Amino acid sequence: MELTSLTILEAGRLLRRGEVSAVELTESALDRIVAVDNQVRAFLTLTPEFALEQARAADERLAAARRSGEEDLPALLGIPMAIKDVLCTEGVPTTCGSRILEGFLPPYDATVVERLERAGYVLLGKTNTDEFAMGSSTENSAYFPTRNPWDLSRVPGGSSGGSAAAVAAHEALGALGTDTGGSVRQPAALCGVVGLKPTYGRVSRYGLVAFASSLDQVGTLTRDVADSALLLSIIAGHDVRDSTCVDLPVPSYLEALSPEIAGLRIGVPEEYFGPGMDPGVEATVRQALRQLETLGAQLEPVSLPHTSYALPVYYLIAPAEASSNLARYDGVKYGHAAPGADELWELYKRTRGEGFGAEVKRRTMLGTYALSAGYYDAFYLKAQKVRTLIRQDFDRAFEKVDVLAAPTSPTVAFPIGARVEDPLQMYLSDIYTLSLNLAGLCGISVPCGFVDGLPVGLQILGRAFDEATILRVAYAYEQSTPWHTCHPNLSVGQGVDPAGS
Amino acid sequence: MPLTRQEVEHIAELAKLALSQEEIERFQEQLSAILDYAAVLQRLDTEAIPPTAQVIELRNVMRADEVSPSLPVEDVLGNAPSRRDSFFCVPPVIEVAP
Repeated sequence: MELTSLTILEAGRLLRRGEVSAVELTESALDRIVAVDNQVRAFLTLTPEFALEQARAADERLAAARRSGEEDLPALLGIPMAIKDVLCTEGVPTTCGSRILEGFLPPYDATVVERLERAGYVLLGKTNTDEFAMGSSTENSAYFPTRNPWDLSRVPGGSSGGSAAAVAAHEALGALGTDTGGSVRQPAALCGVVGLKPTYGRVSRYGLVAFASSLDQVGTLTRDVADSALLLSIIAGHDVRDSTCVDLPVPSYLEALSPEIAGLRIGVPEEYFGPGMDPGVEATVRQALRQLETLGAQLEPVSLPHTSYALPVYYLIAPAEASSNLARYDGVKYGHAAPGADELWELYKRTRGEGFGAEVKRRTMLGTYALSAGYYDAFYLKAQKVRTLIRQDFDRAFEKVDVLAAPTSPTVAFPIGARVEDPLQMYLSDIYTLSLNLAGLCGISVPCGFVDGLPVGLQILGRAFDEATILRVAYAYEQSTPWHTCHPNLSVGQGVDPAGS
Repeated sequence: MPLTRQEVEHIAELAKLALSQEEIERFQEQLSAILDYAAVLQRLDTEAIPPTAQVIELRNVMRADEVSPSLPVEDVLGNAPSRRDSFFCVPPVIEVAP
C-alpha cells in the first residue's frame, strides 16, 4: 500500500508499531506533492524543511515511547497535514488567497493550529482558497485556480478547494478548512472526500482571518469519517481567546462511531430536491437515502419552508459582516500598501482598490450598501429577521427527527471558468449548504457515488453540538458502501480507481 | 430597481475602494441583479419576527482580569509596510502649516 493513501488512523497505527517512520511518511507526502501538484495546484505555500524538522521530532518521540513503553502518545504524532491559508501559522506566510496579504507572516498561531501542533502533526503547507474564503470554486484565489483531482478541467469547489483537492489527490492525509456558507462541505463533495462543519461555537476561531463572524467555522477534510471524528476531538473545545467559543465538554467522537443506526429518525427535507438539481446527483443521493433505510434508519419527509430564502439572506448578511471585517486592510499595519499615497484616505482607497480582487470588492460593495443609511432596515435587518425563520424551520424539523439527510451540492464539479462571469450562478452552488451556517448547526458531507466519473456528496445535518450523531450516521453509511475507497487516478488523467481493483 | 452610477460611486466612497470606470459599470449591473434577487425577502411578513444577529445564547462573556504576556512589539511591527521606531507610519491626516 502507498503511504500517501493511508488514512490518519491507519498511518498512526503504523507509526506506533514502528513499521513506518514519520520522516518516511512526510517524505512520501512531499514526493507526492512534487509529482502531482503541478497539475492540481492545491498549495499556495509549501513548508518542506519545517515538515521534516517536525517529522524528525516525532520520530524521536516515538523511539523514546518504544523504549519506555509509553502508550499515551499525542494523536497526530508524525501525521502530515495541510492548512487552509486563512488560518494563521506563526512565521509561515498566510495570504487568504489575496494580494493584499502577500508576504504577511503571522506573529502567532491560530488556536486550531496550536492544537494540531500539540497533537504532534506535521505541517506540509498552506492550501489555496478563494480570496478571503469568498467563493465556491477556488477560482477567486488571486494566485491561481486549484484543479479537481478527478478531472483537471473542473473546479474542486470552494472556498476550501485547496484543502479538499490536497486530501483527494493524496498530497496530505488530512486538512483543515473553513465553512461560512458551505466552504468545507461543498468542496469535499466535489472532490470525493469527507468534509465536516462543526456547530458554531464548537471550535475556536482565534487566528482565523475573519470573513463573516456570525457564520465562520473551522472544519476538517479527511479521507474517511473516523479521521474527521479524530480531528474534531482535537480541535474542538473552549478557548478564552474566542468569546464565541462555547465552554461545553468535548465528547470522544471516535468512540461515538458505530455502524449501528437502526431506529434512528432521518428527515429528508423536500426543499433540498428542487429545480436546478442535476438529475444524476438526485438519483445518486436518493440511492444513498435508500441505503440508510436498509441500515435500519427511519426516513421521514420534513419541510424547511424558508429554504429558498437562505441564498438572499446569506448574500446580504455575509457581505455586510465582511465589509466590516475587511475594513482592517488599509495598508497601515500589514500587507499591501499603495505606493506614493500622500494622504490617508487615498492610501486606504488605493491600497484596497489594488489589493482586493473582483469578488471581494463586489461583496464589500454589497455589504456596505446593505448596511448604509436608508437601506439597513430593508436589506440587513430584513435578512436578520428571515434568518430567524430559517432557524425556526430547523428547530421544528429536529423536534421530529434526529438528523437530516440531503445532497451537499446541486451539481457535480463544474468546468473551470463556467460560472466566473455570473456571480448569481456561482452563488447557487451553495444553495444546500448555506442554511446550516445561518442556523449555526453542524453538518458533514460524505462521498455517496459518482455521476460521469465525478464524485457526489451526501450531506447529514445535525442539531447544535450534536456532531456525534452526524458522525455516526455518516460512518454507518460510509462503512456499508465502497465510495471512500475510490481514489482519483492522476497519473493517467481521470477516472475512478477503486482501491484493490 | 437598478443602482445609479452615483449610488455605486457613493458606496465605493463609503467602502474606501478606488474603482476603475470599468469596475463601476460592472458593479452597477451585477449589484443591481443581486439586489433584485434579494427583493424576494420583501414578500415575507416579518413584522413580529425578532432579528438573529448570532446563534449562540452566550452574552457578556467575561474572563479573569489577569496580566499575561502580549505579542512582542517587534513581531507586531514586523509586517508594517512603513514604520519608525515603535510606530506605524501613515501619510499626514492633518494639514501641515506652510
